[in-house]
Amino acid sequence: MWALGIPLLLSGCDGPMSALQPAGPSAQASAWLWWGMFSAFTLVLLVVVLLWLHAMRRDPGQVTDREAQRVQNRWVVGGGLILPILSITVILAFGIPLGQRMLPLPLDEGEPVRINVTAHQWWWEVSYPDTGIVLKDELHIPAGVPVDLHLTSSDVVHSFWVPRLGGKMDMFPGRTNILRLEADYPGTFHGSCTEFCGKGHAHMQFTVQAHEPADYQAWLKQRQTDE
Amino acid sequence: MSEGTNKPAEELHEELERVWGNKPGWGAASAVNHTTVGLRFLITGLGFFLVGGLLAMLVRTQLALPEQDIIGPELYNQLFTMHGTVMMFLFAIPVLEGAAMYLIPKMIGTRDLVFPRLSALGYYCYLFGGLIILSSLVLQIAPDAGWFMYTPLSNAEFSPGKGPDFWLIGITFVEISAISAGVELVVSILRTRANGMALNKMPIFCWYILAMALMIIFGFPPLILGSILLELERAAGWVFFDVVGGGDPLLWQHLFWLFGHPEVYIIFLPAAGIVSTLIPVFAQRPLVGYRWIVLAIIVMGFISFGLWVHHMFTVGIPQLALAFFSIASMLVAIPTAIQIFAWLATLWTGKVVFRLPMLWILGFLIVFVAGGLTGVMLALVPFNWQVHDTHFVVAHMHYVLVGGMLFPLVAGFYYWLPHVSGRMPSDTLGRWGFWLFFGGFNMTFLLMHLTGLLGMPRRVYTYDAEMGWGWLNLLSSVGGFIMAIGVAVIILDITLHFRFGRKAKSNPWNADTLEWATPMPASAYNFASLPDIDTRHPMWEHPNLPETIEQGHHGLSEVMYERRDIFGSDAITGKVREVIHLPTNSWLPLQTALMIAVVCISLLVKVYPLALVASLGVLFFALRWGWHNGAHPVASPWRDDDPVDPPLHSRTFDGPGLWGMVVSLMANGTLYVSLLFGWFYLWTAAPQWSVPEEAPISLWPLLASGLALSAAVLIYRFAVTQLRNGSDAHLQKMLWIAASLGALHVGLLAWVLIAAPLKPSDLAHDAVLSVMLYYLLLHAGLATIFTVLQALRVRIGYVSLRLPYEPVVVQPFWIYTLGVFWMSFAAFVLLPMVWEVG
Repeated sequence: MWALGIPLLLSGCDGPMSALQPAGPSAQASAWLWWGMFSAFTLVLLVVVLLWLHAMRRDPGQVTDREAQRVQNRWVVGGGLILPILSITVILAFGIPLGQRMLPLPLDEGEPVRINVTAHQWWWEVSYPDTGIVLKDELHIPAGVPVDLHLTSSDVVHSFWVPRLGGKMDMFPGRTNILRLEADYPGTFHGSCTEFCGKGHAHMQFTVQAHEPADYQAWLKQRQTDE
Repeated sequence: MSEGTNKPAEELHEELERVWGNKPGWGAASAVNHTTVGLRFLITGLGFFLVGGLLAMLVRTQLALPEQDIIGPELYNQLFTMHGTVMMFLFAIPVLEGAAMYLIPKMIGTRDLVFPRLSALGYYCYLFGGLIILSSLVLQIAPDAGWFMYTPLSNAEFSPGKGPDFWLIGITFVEISAISAGVELVVSILRTRANGMALNKMPIFCWYILAMALMIIFGFPPLILGSILLELERAAGWVFFDVVGGGDPLLWQHLFWLFGHPEVYIIFLPAAGIVSTLIPVFAQRPLVGYRWIVLAIIVMGFISFGLWVHHMFTVGIPQLALAFFSIASMLVAIPTAIQIFAWLATLWTGKVVFRLPMLWILGFLIVFVAGGLTGVMLALVPFNWQVHDTHFVVAHMHYVLVGGMLFPLVAGFYYWLPHVSGRMPSDTLGRWGFWLFFGGFNMTFLLMHLTGLLGMPRRVYTYDAEMGWGWLNLLSSVGGFIMAIGVAVIILDITLHFRFGRKAKSNPWNADTLEWATPMPASAYNFASLPDIDTRHPMWEHPNLPETIEQGHHGLSEVMYERRDIFGSDAITGKVREVIHLPTNSWLPLQTALMIAVVCISLLVKVYPLALVASLGVLFFALRWGWHNGAHPVASPWRDDDPVDPPLHSRTFDGPGLWGMVVSLMANGTLYVSLLFGWFYLWTAAPQWSVPEEAPISLWPLLASGLALSAAVLIYRFAVTQLRNGSDAHLQKMLWIAASLGALHVGLLAWVLIAAPLKPSDLAHDAVLSVMLYYLLLHAGLATIFTVLQALRVRIGYVSLRLPYEPVVVQPFWIYTLGVFWMSFAAFVLLPMVWEVG
């Protein structure tokens, strides 16, 4: 039953924009963090609620002040101090290194691919530096290598998000934020604006097309000659 | 302070009722009594809750199926913006303030809040501000840029309509009520407790409310400043948030969340206070870990001001700051867990009576702990980047806010209903209401976590079927409607109980706190005589208190000169220090609030001359309000038989007015510090910050005006010191001199402002500088006017050696004015000069 149930449950987590169906290292890390925290915290919630229900039902008999003091120390120190401090430490121990790897830090060798994205109400202007290629609402990237997206906005605040590849980053007029993404394999990934930006917000979507590196180079050449 | 009278209880009751009661008929609009005003807050808040809920139902209808267009994006954007705005600003905060206003004086054993007219003013500001905001919905021009109003979307270019103006002006109007409730609750809790109720004997609820009130004082001013700046940008074109000209849209986000995060705790703390109050009563034993909880409340209050950036993890800020705010956000789990486990320990050691309020407390526990745990998840930056601004956050936030606020609030409603109506609620209908609400809530929002993880962003009016979010949204919508039915059942239950509920016996839940010693329903004066309190559980240790209080066996059982008298006590020990005579029913709060409403409406329709005239009207009524104080005939003129031990507060140096002034200045100071923050923030972080070629402010006239101000304050201080040392010789003359110097300062400062070639519409630098100068001008002007009035009052005889109260109240305002002047001089004039040279 269980063995059958889990894949069924997981398939319920699939979808074109599902953060739980990761296709890149950043999204993968977030998904692991989710499943880890989800399991641990479900347990915490259950234990706290069961303890609470038990505490309401039990008949303590006569409790002296001294016993009350002991109960207080046990619960307040154990549950109020040790439990949260321990949980926070564990979460940070996993979370900080994983978060570190999502940052656009310099690579050991070579430069990441750079693509500029400018958000407009309500479309995406995608340009490839030094090539003259400008696209609307679609990105093409090589799979298996890190890509740095230089994000800015021409009008209001927007936010760039491709859930299957990684986290989101806001886009401000006058500033440029860098988001590093990587696709594990070729495919089409769906993205959308996640900062409310007015009337057309719901339809401000785009796709990311990941190619094999060789195909990507071919695509670049092709587009450049077209321009 | 126990001194009995021999009057029969009936006669005493009639006398007190005559003095403390509201006027009949329309006269009730002049009521200032905390029981009346508190209930008005609660009922009005409930009305706004229903409006907010209706908006939510419309939102859920539109989202129930993919690709629906029942509601288009224009209307949808208004609906969700207004849902958030109404629930936060017009329901959650005011309702909790109302509950606190109703309960606090009764819990600390006094007859009213310490500034009763301020309660009434707060109510009217809330009501009128709320109606102004709602009117925009009726006119279909409601704000539609989201409840956090991010610029540039909310600026004049991208939101050319009136929507954001309604939001900014209406919310600022409503916030007057929050700040006044904050000031009033702080001073009441600290200065009017029953004789002997030391801080550590105070009911735990009062600690929560004290913390909430202080957090309002420090939490709301950044938003008020932000709203003023954004409205100035929209209406007058001044640059604060526009990148071109040296502004920065991020400044708005910082100011908004500097308010917005503490606000979550402003909502949570009073609700947790209800939990901490109810659990010991139903466990029939004292709260375990009272000191731990007090500590947790204080820690929570402090930490909550250091977390605002966790709403901004995706804006692209340095990673060190991310780590700091991430850890700080997780640390909040500690004081929260301390409270939860202290409650658990209380239940563990008590024999629990499982009544309806406890069912809601159980619901609170489950929902709130779940919300707290997803909160820890969200505090982890790499996870936050995925789910920020998706339906996961919508789910989390409703778990925290509905779990952390609404569940305890309903528990509290049921618990204190007998106090208001004298009747008991029904258990059966109540349980139906609970299960419908609880089931519907979890159906809506538990699933919504998954909707978010599957990638559905917030604030989209529709979505494609192929995304696979359809079934989740449909279930959420069905759950939402079940929850709405639950609300209807609860309201039906509460309404029916007023007619059919069985009569409650005295102290029906066998509670330990003093509010149950009042008559049920509560009388206008709460207590016929004011008892001494030497324990945290007065009703458990002295079960006959209701009778002895009613029979007038305790303090202040004598009505003198038709005055509303209460005790003023020491902030720490609670020992009685003075008799505070409170103002009676008054039209001034309504008149002042109506004038402010005229100001707001004329700003909305951009009839600025009218706004100016109405502002003068506000000033007139506010000054008239202050005029009717102290020894004025409508308050308490000097009489030879005035009580001496303890004396009347208006005959002392350290009455509640001084405390009120200092607490208000703390709020004001926070507003000023927010402005300083804005200045330094733009200076260091705005992408296109630029300064004019030449410093626009002429240094020497400004310095001269500063010297005039310093001289004014020195003379004022000298006059007050003389008064304290027992001399009122030359008092009037010194006040006139101080006022003249103040006027000179105002004149010079105004000249500096007019002469300066400031271009606030072109440069953020000049815009901030202008706001600063107007701020200084306003303060110096007010200080001067106050001092002129004081001098007049000395002449009439309302202020003198034996009536030294008022000059002492005005003094901190002068010192504050002086402080902000020189601080501004340093930060806005000197520092940039030094910077240039360096």
